Amino acid sequence: MSAFLLEILSEEIPARMQVAAAEQLRTRFEAGMKAAGLAHGVVTADATPRRLWLIAGDVAAASQGSAEEVKGPRADAPAQAIDGFLKKTGLTREQLEERDTGKGVVLFAVLRREGRAASAILSDLVPQIIADFAWPKSMRWGSAPSRWVRPLSGIVALLDGDVVTCAAHGLTAGRETRGHRIHALGPISITSPESYADQLRAAFVEVHSGTRQQLISQAAAAAAGAQGLTILPDEGLVRENAGLTEWPVPLLGRFDPAFLTVPPEVIQLTMRTNQKYFACADATGALAPAFVCVANLVASDGGAAIVAGNERVLSARLSDAQFFWEQDLAVVKAGGLEAFLPKLDSIVFHEKLGTVADKVARVEALATWLAESGAIPSPLEGEGDSALSPSGVRGVAPADPSPRSPLASRPLPQGEREALAALAARAARLAKADLVSATVGEFPELQGVIGRYLALAGGEDPAVADALRDHYKPVGQGDDVPTAPISTVMALADKLDTLCAFFAYEMIPTGSKDPFALRRAALGILSICLTNNIRLPMFEVARLARDLTGGTWERTAYRHAVNDFFADRLKVQQREAGVRHDLIDAVFALGGEDDFVRLLARVHALQAFVTSDEGANLLAGYKRAANILKAAEKDGAAMAASAGGTGEGAETALAAALDAALPAAATAVAQERFTDAMTALASLRAPVDAFFTDVMVNDPDPGIRARRLALLARFRDAVHGVADFSRIEG
Amino acid sequence: MTQPLSFQNIILALQSYWGRHGCAVLQPYDMEMGAGTFHPATTLRALGPRPWNACFVQPSRRPSDGRYGQNPNRLQHYYQFQVILKPSPDDLIGLYLGSLDAIGIDRTKHDIRFVEDDWESPTLGAWGLGWEVWCDGMEVSQFTYFQQVAGLDCAPVAGELTYGLERLAMYVQGVENVYDLAYNDAGVSYGDVFLENEKQFSDYNFNHANTERLFQHFKDVSEECRALVDARLPLPAYDQAIKASHIFNQLNARGVISVAERQAYIGRVRDLVKAVADLHVELGA
Repeated sequence: MSAFLLEILSEEIPARMQVAAAEQLRTRFEAGMKAAGLAHGVVTADATPRRLWLIAGDVAAASQGSAEEVKGPRADAPAQAIDGFLKKTGLTREQLEERDTGKGVVLFAVLRREGRAASAILSDLVPQIIADFAWPKSMRWGSAPSRWVRPLSGIVALLDGDVVTCAAHGLTAGRETRGHRIHALGPISITSPESYADQLRAAFVEVHSGTRQQLISQAAAAAAGAQGLTILPDEGLVRENAGLTEWPVPLLGRFDPAFLTVPPEVIQLTMRTNQKYFACADATGALAPAFVCVANLVASDGGAAIVAGNERVLSARLSDAQFFWEQDLAVVKAGGLEAFLPKLDSIVFHEKLGTVADKVARVEALATWLAESGAIPSPLEGEGDSALSPSGVRGVAPADPSPRSPLASRPLPQGEREALAALAARAARLAKADLVSATVGEFPELQGVIGRYLALAGGEDPAVADALRDHYKPVGQGDDVPTAPISTVMALADKLDTLCAFFAYEMIPTGSKDPFALRRAALGILSICLTNNIRLPMFEVARLARDLTGGTWERTAYRHAVNDFFADRLKVQQREAGVRHDLIDAVFALGGEDDFVRLLARVHALQAFVTSDEGANLLAGYKRAANILKAAEKDGAAMAASAGGTGEGAETALAAALDAALPAAATAVAQERFTDAMTALASLRAPVDAFFTDVMVNDPDPGIRARRLALLARFRDAVHGVADFSRIEG
Repeated sequence: MTQPLSFQNIILALQSYWGRHGCAVLQPYDMEMGAGTFHPATTLRALGPRPWNACFVQPSRRPSDGRYGQNPNRLQHYYQFQVILKPSPDDLIGLYLGSLDAIGIDRTKHDIRFVEDDWESPTLGAWGLGWEVWCDGMEVSQFTYFQQVAGLDCAPVAGELTYGLERLAMYVQGVENVYDLAYNDAGVSYGDVFLENEKQFSDYNFNHANTERLFQHFKDVSEECRALVDARLPLPAYDQAIKASHIFNQLNARGVISVAERQAYIGRVRDLVKAVADLHVELGA
């Protein structure tokens, strides 16, 4: 067994592409080996900024040979037929075998494929991998037509100690590579796959990205710790720096504490995106005037010049940020956050949906309506105005609420609704003001965050300021969900407007295309409603939102599209929580259910029920009843309870059970006690089973048949009062 | 420690270094432009099959970047040093690193990094892949392998290096404010030479440039460009396209071009450049 090393040396590969490229190298290699029938052991692939590399262990000496038999014409067949067979198999007449098959002598060709030596297979495979490799963006260089992510500079291909002869993109494979650009001048001759990592380590290149990441995390923490600081953890930044360095050396630098008057998010973002620095916190957790940069060098002066240079760059960038921030502050101090509003008139939100100012007006109307509607409950005890709850806590609506109505929270009293509406309207009016601030112009990612700081500087109500920041949330699954009332109203109103406005003009996501992130908006709306127990009358809100945009899509089609869209999003969102999609369908199919909290509570109760023995049996009974009814409806059979008589024991028993269960279930549903409704249905299980055992529905007497069918129809309708069981799988 | 190079000596060192490596040392193009890339020695020479190695300083004007001489890092007029090598040589990075040595950057003490940065010029219809080069976290150069210019494939590919001379000099001299740069070794500072310029031109760019006339100029040079293309004179036609681009930048700085119109103006300049480049190639660039 041998080991194989492939290294593809190039100019600096973008950090963000390295991980996927290493993985692609591995899969292409494994696929090629499999196709060639060459056995191998574990394959490791990884990257540094300048190289992709792969090592495969336990490579077989050669591929397995194979033999295949092909039956040909009879030995006495016409020459033409035999020639044709020779042509097809590529053999000569002498190479064919004659066999007596009992029906005359027939010619057979035995096609043998010889096993090929590993070195031969690899010398074909390496150029193939390089030629087929797909980069997110590739380029040409010099005079050649070759493409790679950046110019290629060398190929190392070694099978144990021997070079695998091959060439690609004008380069001949060999054993020479390069070490660190400064610390290792001149070529390095790799002895074998086993010595590769060590030889490069000696040349100041750590080829394992995981090791570089570890080095960065540990040394950055140590550099900060030595100054009594901690690093703000940032795995993405660790990975990025590992993709920018072959020999990472974290160094701590400082900046002027006077810059700390700028919002910390601005400072962090400047350091992170522009400079790839780690931010530091002091013992109290506050942002410290320090950073850790990651050099790619063991500097001869211990890093003094590098730190000084980085400090100067950061200081220049922070001066810029401070300039923008102070300019915005001056605007707000002079005229409040409103001073920015006129500029929103000139920003187009979407050509059919008007300007951002138009959107603001719609959101304000929606937010006011939501606050006044009473859909927003009182905040939970103990939660402050800026409270956010992790969206991980889902399905908050308890399936079996006690003591009274499960789902009801205390609705806001009228006076509080009015106060909430006034603040929500204020928040809505100001929510997009920061989009035209100088700071957001420079740091678009900080939309909302900057709005909050400017609102506070302008003396706005802190709850309004928080809503400016939080109304974009949740940004994705796992992001915080707003829980403070004003933030909640704003987050809902903004997303409802976006979603409904695009739908109102029939601009709906298709396949992988969702350019306006409407799926994310719908998921956000669902999370906010479920987390906060908000009883959103979705149909009504969607109608209002459509009217506000003057939408052109026909009303019914629009309403169905919105409904289906939410149903689909809810299934996606609840999949993780283990809620069955068919049960969601079963409840949605009832129609008229547009309160997501109630809907989900119903689904939860339903899921608990249908996975119990009683539920499973009742479902079986339901399906049987539904089939009989369907067949009867097809026959045009009569179905009348008035056909006279009450029938025999099991029939009477079922009728009695239905008399008891129907009102109980209906009352429970009306009071949103869905588990109780299921229990009422469960009481039907035994009578239904007995009915099917003892009673023949299709009695020859049409009158009796009609009576029994009517009984089954009552049973079906009783079940449909809770969910459309025909949608349930299994 | 030796004294760091003055601004003018950095230019001389770069010219001498690249001159030694086979570049024709050209002079600045005598027109207002936003970047060295607009110099016909880059844009037009990047097209067609002929080898071409050149370097030059190009004054670059960005009217929107003026700060009345008050910002230590931003200027509406600054210098780029540009190197264009076609076809791009095998060890272009090595050559570039050598040029840093030539201007006195000690690479055993300074951290040089190549950070992904794909370049695109919508007005030139040009793009390429490469990096911004960092020295201790500061961007000191742009490094690009041209893939297309004016929508035409570059074959062979030209490698383009652009040094931001002021930034580089600030780095080499350890100066915080661009106006404090030593322009030469005889006591002349960058501020002595350019501070008053920045004040006056910022005022002109933001407050006094006559927009009505500029709109008219934009029309005039566009028509002139088209007429010269029709007369099959791509080089003079290209001058008019350069003018159109700069006038657009001036109008932009005056804030009279809306976001929606912006794209349309960029498209008009790109169309001019495209017409010129097509003709230039047709005539055997």
